Amino acid sequence: MKKNDYKKICFDGIVANNPTLRLVLGTCATLALTTSAMNGIGMGLAVTVILLCSNVLVSLLRKIIPNEVRIPAFVLIIATFVTVVRMVLYAYLPDLYDSMGVFLPLIVVNCIILGRAESFASKNNVPAAAMDGVANGIGFTLALTLMGIIREFLGNASFFGIALPWDFKIEFFTSSAGAFFVYGMCIALFNFAYSKIEIALSHRRAHRRALPKDPAEMREEALVREEK
Amino acid sequence: MEIFTLFILAVFVNNFVVVQFLGICPFLGVSKDTSSAFGMGVAVTVVMVLATLVTYPLYTFVMVPLGFDFMEIIFFIFVIAALVQMLEQVLKKFIPALYNSLGIYLPLITTNCAVLGVAELVIGDVTSLGIASMNLGYALLYALFSGIGFIVAIVLMSGLREKIDRYTDMPKCLKGFPISMVIASFMAMAFYVFTLI
Repeated sequence: MKKNDYKKICFDGIVANNPTLRLVLGTCATLALTTSAMNGIGMGLAVTVILLCSNVLVSLLRKIIPNEVRIPAFVLIIATFVTVVRMVLYAYLPDLYDSMGVFLPLIVVNCIILGRAESFASKNNVPAAAMDGVANGIGFTLALTLMGIIREFLGNASFFGIALPWDFKIEFFTSSAGAFFVYGMCIALFNFAYSKIEIALSHRRAHRRALPKDPAEMREEALVREEK
Repeated sequence: MEIFTLFILAVFVNNFVVVQFLGICPFLGVSKDTSSAFGMGVAVTVVMVLATLVTYPLYTFVMVPLGFDFMEIIFFIFVIAALVQMLEQVLKKFIPALYNSLGIYLPLITTNCAVLGVAELVIGDVTSLGIASMNLGYALLYALFSGIGFIVAIVLMSGLREKIDRYTDMPKCLKGFPISMVIASFMAMAFYVFTLI
């Protein structure tokens, strides 16, 4: 693979196909674990580690796993890594383990990981798959941290657990209603900013590249790929 | 009385979708019209009850005594995947009409966090569920009630979305997921009232 391809994988994972803000995958964990910035980072990093490991292993085994049973095989790989990460967190970061609660085992059914295994890692070589896992994981972590910062700042008047010198708290943002609202607004703003950037970029290189796809279309494609 | 408390807590106070954020993917993906939303809700509820029926005894009577309860995630996800496959075959053979209406949603249920979520919740800390101790009966009831909560949420959502997607003029960047999130946010506010009971 050329250097340019890695750049593209990075850009796709973090910006163009950002799993949280563009494809709207893995929503359950996103909504539940953004009550504070630390929770967001914790969840994001846990998913990044699992994504990296599962992508590498799926890519290594991509010629061995028969096509008919590939989905159960991917699920088994992912479930194994989730179990490992869960035990590590239980032993070394019990606070994070408690705050993640039921959403830690639920990483198994996080669409992002299965989606990347199916659509990327099972078709590409190990370095590319590892890069893709890290890029998507970083995209997920950044989105979760951003939303965590917003919700913590407005709802709890603190920043990464450090109390701010004022007492202006809007309870709404710590509640579940606030989670949906902040997520919706983040998707809308990100899509808005991205479409502006894309228009500017596509003007510049219109003769070289086709226009970007609609995010709803891309999500549907991702879901169809998963179903198969 | 305990069953009534369990019902109110599972359906309204700790609604699976809008309060606990489980099963958000179908909640946003399959809520474009009311009939398919209801079909999805029923399918998920059936799988939730069946999955609990298998995973709870498997965990309590087999995995804990044998000491490999740390493998629960792997076992549960395979039980759920197998159940969904079996349910698909059974429905196809015996109730083809229902199979045709649910067909497309059935494979999606495997990756629905509500199903794995309920299997994990009934073996975890039960004090938040409003009952003193967990047994198979309560686990099944909890799965059923949570499923009803899921149906309530997804049907309400689809009703609201039918109106809003059709009759509202909104900025392009809000269309689709963002506006659904905002609707869900208002629903969550409505459900918040139940926590004050």
